[in-house]
Amino acid sequence: MTSQSQVKLRCRNVWMVYGSNPGRYFQSDDHRNATDSFIGKLRDEGFIPAAIDVNFDLLSGEIFAIMGLSGSGKSTVVRCLSRLVEPTFGEVILDGENLLEASDRELIEIRRHKMGMVFQNFGLLPHLTVFENIAFPLSLQKIQDSELRVQVERVIELVGLEGRESSFPRQLSGGQQQRVGIARSLAVEPEIWFLDEPFSALDPLIRKQMQDEFLRIQQLLHKSIVFITHDFLEALRVADRMAIMRDGRIVQIGTPQELVFAPADDYVAQFTSEVPRIRVLTAGQIVEPIMDAIVDDTRAMPVAPMDLPVEDLLPQLARHPSGVLVKGTDGDVLGIVTPDGVIRSLSGVNRASASPISLPDPV
Amino acid sequence: MPTSPAIAGSAGPFFLSAKDQKVLGWLAVFLFTAGCIALSGRIAWLGSYPEVLILPIVEWINQAEDVIVATTKPFFRAIAWLLDHPMTWVRDILHWLPWPALMLFAGAVSYRAGGWTLALFTVLGLGYMLVIGYWEEGMNSLSLVAISVPLAVLVGFTIGIWGFVSRPAERIIMPTLDVLQTVPAFAYLLPILILFGFGPVVGLIASVLYSFAPMVRNTIVGLRNVAPDIIDSGLMSGATRRQLFWRVRVPTGLRQLLLGVNQTTMASLSMVIVASIIGGTSDIGWEVLSTMRKAQFGESLLAGIVIALMAMILDRVTNGLATRRDETAGGQTWILRNRFWVIALGATLAVALVGRIVPILMTYPETWVVSPAGPMNDFITWFVVNFQPAIKEIKRISLFYAMLPLKIGLAQTVSPFTWGFVWTGNHMAITVAGLALLAFAGFRKFGVNAAAAIAIAGCLFLFGITELPWPALVAVFTMIAYRLGGTSLALGVFAGLMFLLVSGAWEKTMLSLWLCGIAVIVAFVAGSALGIWAAHSNHVSRIMRPVNDTLQTMPLFVILIPIVMVFKIGEFTALLAIIAYAYVPAFRYAEHGLRNVPNDVVEAARSMGCTPNQLLWRVKLPLALPNIMLGLNQTIMYAIAMLVIAALVGTNGLGQQVYIGLSKGDVGIGLVAGAGMAIIAIMADRMCQAARRRLEAPDQA
Ligand SMILES: Nc1ncnc2c1ncn2[C@@H]1O[C@H](COP(=O)(O)OP(=O)(O)OP(=O)(O)O)[C@@H](O)[C@H]1O
Ligand SMILES: [Mg+2]
Repeated sequence: MTSQSQVKLRCRNVWMVYGSNPGRYFQSDDHRNATDSFIGKLRDEGFIPAAIDVNFDLLSGEIFAIMGLSGSGKSTVVRCLSRLVEPTFGEVILDGENLLEASDRELIEIRRHKMGMVFQNFGLLPHLTVFENIAFPLSLQKIQDSELRVQVERVIELVGLEGRESSFPRQLSGGQQQRVGIARSLAVEPEIWFLDEPFSALDPLIRKQMQDEFLRIQQLLHKSIVFITHDFLEALRVADRMAIMRDGRIVQIGTPQELVFAPADDYVAQFTSEVPRIRVLTAGQIVEPIMDAIVDDTRAMPVAPMDLPVEDLLPQLARHPSGVLVKGTDGDVLGIVTPDGVIRSLSGVNRASASPISLPDPV
Repeated sequence: MPTSPAIAGSAGPFFLSAKDQKVLGWLAVFLFTAGCIALSGRIAWLGSYPEVLILPIVEWINQAEDVIVATTKPFFRAIAWLLDHPMTWVRDILHWLPWPALMLFAGAVSYRAGGWTLALFTVLGLGYMLVIGYWEEGMNSLSLVAISVPLAVLVGFTIGIWGFVSRPAERIIMPTLDVLQTVPAFAYLLPILILFGFGPVVGLIASVLYSFAPMVRNTIVGLRNVAPDIIDSGLMSGATRRQLFWRVRVPTGLRQLLLGVNQTTMASLSMVIVASIIGGTSDIGWEVLSTMRKAQFGESLLAGIVIALMAMILDRVTNGLATRRDETAGGQTWILRNRFWVIALGATLAVALVGRIVPILMTYPETWVVSPAGPMNDFITWFVVNFQPAIKEIKRISLFYAMLPLKIGLAQTVSPFTWGFVWTGNHMAITVAGLALLAFAGFRKFGVNAAAAIAIAGCLFLFGITELPWPALVAVFTMIAYRLGGTSLALGVFAGLMFLLVSGAWEKTMLSLWLCGIAVIVAFVAGSALGIWAAHSNHVSRIMRPVNDTLQTMPLFVILIPIVMVFKIGEFTALLAIIAYAYVPAFRYAEHGLRNVPNDVVEAARSMGCTPNQLLWRVKLPLALPNIMLGLNQTIMYAIAMLVIAALVGTNGLGQQVYIGLSKGDVGIGLVAGAGMAIIAIMADRMCQAARRRLEAPDQA
């Protein structure tokens, strides 16, 4: 995330209210500020406000995670973004154009070229083979056979499904099926990638493996990603920034560190309370100025990047108890991390002289 | 009812609790019934519905028919003419094809659908047709099926799509299908006959009309039940509406659609067989019917087996194709992917060409036909003659002790000739008193419903359903409907009964109700008992499954044959035939229900010290009751369907009326009788559903 990042997708005051004809409540200005009384009124009259005044920006090339408990409206938001459901109110601006005003024809074109989506239950077509499933979005566009084959083989290789092309989905394990889902969504080379709890249906081991796979693919492709999950640790692993949802509202948006160390309210705090800080904290956050006493040692010390999680720093610290140097993105040495410092920051005790842990600006 | 134990604390003197209303309601109905019976001797219109109040519905229909036929005949005749061509082509192709070629092709299709065993079964089945000498007739029937199934599937699929895209359309389509499927097929043979003219095309059209309904249902279900995830993924792949439908929904719901094809095929075959009753086509159904009429049971049975084999083959093949998992790899060329079919078709063609040259392969030589009909007839004669006393005794006992009393009442049944004594006033008084006591005991022990059931059964036995005054019957039926399903159901039943009265079909309806009622009770009790047994014994289950499958897939006609052979023509035979067909659903649902009782509940009951008997009666049966009720519902529907067929062997009732209409060319009679049967069927169905709903939500009872 560099400062020149531009906004890819902008979600502005998006509301999704289930029920018959909720649009009439949005003709006046009552919904402004999304007051509790307005939402209470909707609920009392049998409507289900599943997304309430949702605002966020998705930057180019970032992974934006949306988190929340079951029923908090995560899927609803991502379905609004892809217009699988028609938001009751609001704007979804994709590359500067309001997606909600696109005609059916335009929408189909956008989906064919700009968007890819991965589903929790895979959504594979049971009557098609792996190859045909992955080729499906391309074949809908009547792309030439040879070109199609090249594209499909490329993504099959990308997700590591070589050799399974002619299997049917039911002959694959869950992890493999989701690989097909991922490959299918990537076949059209989308710019935006929606993943709705892509790994929730998988067991923990496979899930971890798929997350690594996912990160590897993202390193290669640099898509702009909205990633839905209800697993905070998963979000932690993959996300650049994340939003926490509760009962249809976004309660906080920020980097994982911000959410853990500066929760906006008790709900977020509770959400993150189980998270081992050692995984969230990065070397850059606990770096201390190099003190004169140990200066002569620094040449023997290993160097770690500033965004390395402290967890991964531990082995090096074990080997070099005197400390590890930390360097910034520009290569300059920022300071040093010592076992002492790690213990202090993890236990929340700051040195009298040091300021409270300062957070880097996310953008 | 001051004795009612429930009153004591719960209700004030001027307020009737729900329970008291129930008791009083039933009391009123029975007092009314008693009054009607007492007065029926003196007031003639109580005994039988007055003629003057019968509306000339039959004539109206006939007049309307004249007008309709006069104006639309050319149109329908044109359709018939249009349909005649493809039918002739298919028939010609089937006749042109030498028999080994057809066997090869059918074998290949069967192999695809169910592996070697099914292929062998198909080839042997066709071989039987050939050897026994019914190839020609079989092919004639098959060609009707071959053309009616695609038509019915097309019609059903189209209507299904319409119902799928439009909820209002679905709301019209579904009840229409209900009616189409409950009106006996025979009833619309006649209008078709009149509109479309004679010939095999009538069978075709009747068959299409009768068999497209399951396709509609399955289409709607199949298209609706596609998982939302799959639809979403189709949308996100950028599918247009059309692509979403044809490339996502239809292939994903294909299995359900193919099940629809299976059901449509079976319905079509059974209608093709039934339609042969109008004659004029030398098909296999006609063969059964005409030989049966001539009492040549050997031939009849042999031909019946052909039908049964055809049914089984068609069922297994279509079912196999529907449930098959396609394992061919994608990404190959068309020829490679379909190499099986290419080879099969090529081989068939090759054999056909060879066959056209070699005479033996073209037509199976007549001298090779082996028909054991003669010896079979001899055996049947021998059997019937030797077991005459036993057969007679069975018939006599069921007739005198069950069937006749329920029909005309004990008072008229009991005579020195039947029961060995004369029925007097004293007998009557004692029986009535005994029944009253029994009903009271039932009331004390089990409540109002039990008492009412005992009283109703008593009335039927004492007076017979055809002798009970119609106002009393109307009152009783309406009351039952009210108790089961509230005011709306009661009104519906009342209206249905009034139609039967006003159209003059009442007496025939009561005869049908009588036969059907006995059959349903026996079939339900026997079927459920067997089903319970099968649920506890894998042996029984394994033995009964093929028997049930066979009885279910067989066109109704065929079931008649062995029964007529032994018991000759008559109501008893009809009864047995209905039972033989209608017990199957009772059996299946009972077994299914019991086997699906959750295991942990059974184990919990065992650990509490339940004996096997208690386990069955107090745990398993109550839990399986909704399923068992579903079995009852289906048993009733099956019985009514069979009723018309059973009329072929001599019953008086609506079924017979349908035939009279058919043979006289009187559309009115046929349609009114058909409507009567549909009314019974729909009333029975709704009452069963209401009963089931009450079972599932007992607190609203
Ligand atoms: N089609 C619909 N009609 C009515 N209500 C709906 C519909 N779809 C979702 N909802 C409601 O909207 C709310 C949010 O649902 P949503 O599926 O967005 O939750 P989620 O956060 O994705 O949960 P999960 O983790 O279980 O997937 C829920 O209360 C749900 O019941
Ligand atoms: Mg969800």
